[in-house]
Amino acid sequence: MDKTIDLNGKSYSVVPEVETVQQLLEHLKLSDRILIVEKNKEILQKDHYGAPIMDRDQIEIIHFVGGG
Amino acid sequence: MLQIADKKFSSRLLLGTGKYVSFETQKQAVAVSEADILTFAVQRMNIFEASQPNFLEQLDLDRYTLLPNTAGASTAEEAVHIAKLAKASGLCDMVKVEIIGCSRSLLPDPVETLRASEMLLEEGFIVLPYTSDDVVLARKLCNLGVHAIMPGAAPIGSGHGILNPLNLSLIIEQSNVPVIVDAGIGSPKDAAYAMELGADGVLLNTAVSEAADPVKMALAMKLAIEAGHLGYRAGRMPVRDYGVASSPMEGLVPN
Repeated sequence: MDKTIDLNGKSYSVVPEVETVQQLLEHLKLSDRILIVEKNKEILQKDHYGAPIMDRDQIEIIHFVGGG
Repeated sequence: MLQIADKKFSSRLLLGTGKYVSFETQKQAVAVSEADILTFAVQRMNIFEASQPNFLEQLDLDRYTLLPNTAGASTAEEAVHIAKLAKASGLCDMVKVEIIGCSRSLLPDPVETLRASEMLLEEGFIVLPYTSDDVVLARKLCNLGVHAIMPGAAPIGSGHGILNPLNLSLIIEQSNVPVIVDAGIGSPKDAAYAMELGADGVLLNTAVSEAADPVKMALAMKLAIEAGHLGYRAGRMPVRDYGVASSPMEGLVPN
């Protein structure tokens, strides 16, 4: 079954081979970036990136930007 | 040596990383500033557009201590959430509490800042609240156990310099933790003045990033902070209302 998630505020169709947060990051070519992931409003620690991506999950990918 | 919690820093200049015209300029400005602590904001990544270069990802993270801010928060709960996101990066355990209470002046919300500081201390963060220059608020923050206090000189990005040196002096006098003057610094004289008042450090961003030559200004700020701090430690002469001759009055050459 196709999964559609809310990714950084936009509707996003997840390809079938992406089953975990880690695989999503790799698919988005973000796995070597400095970032933080939030899944369904829970902050995901790095050792929990094996968490499954489910239909209608809400994923936020956060990072550091310039600021004072 | 500036000490915040158990961390020691040789530089008393804390530098913001926003609003630089180019990465190359920013890199050079950061390098010549010799700052040890760099501030960052925490934001949703723009993953639907072509990858933009990210300043933090080009930094030697062993060299710098990251100080994420909670910019964008308007309540204590939002600030705590942003701080927890930053900490989950595994790169930092300090946080600059920044809760704006007025969208026009960008002045901090004192009530929410106090609440957030208390909540973040309970969560085990090293807490550096950006506050207004209110003496009583500063004392209440110190009493909570914050690790440094960061009163503003003037509104963020205004470049007005130190609007209330008396309040800053009183905050410095009563504080049992480092006082870092944060926001509103416009020129090197403002930074030197903050240090001469006895501040432990200065946090600035726009004064460097918006200077005509940010790299030169970064160096100027570094030197001003060093000079101001040295002047404070040297102990300045008293101010007098009338002139006192510097040359001896005896043995004057006859006319």
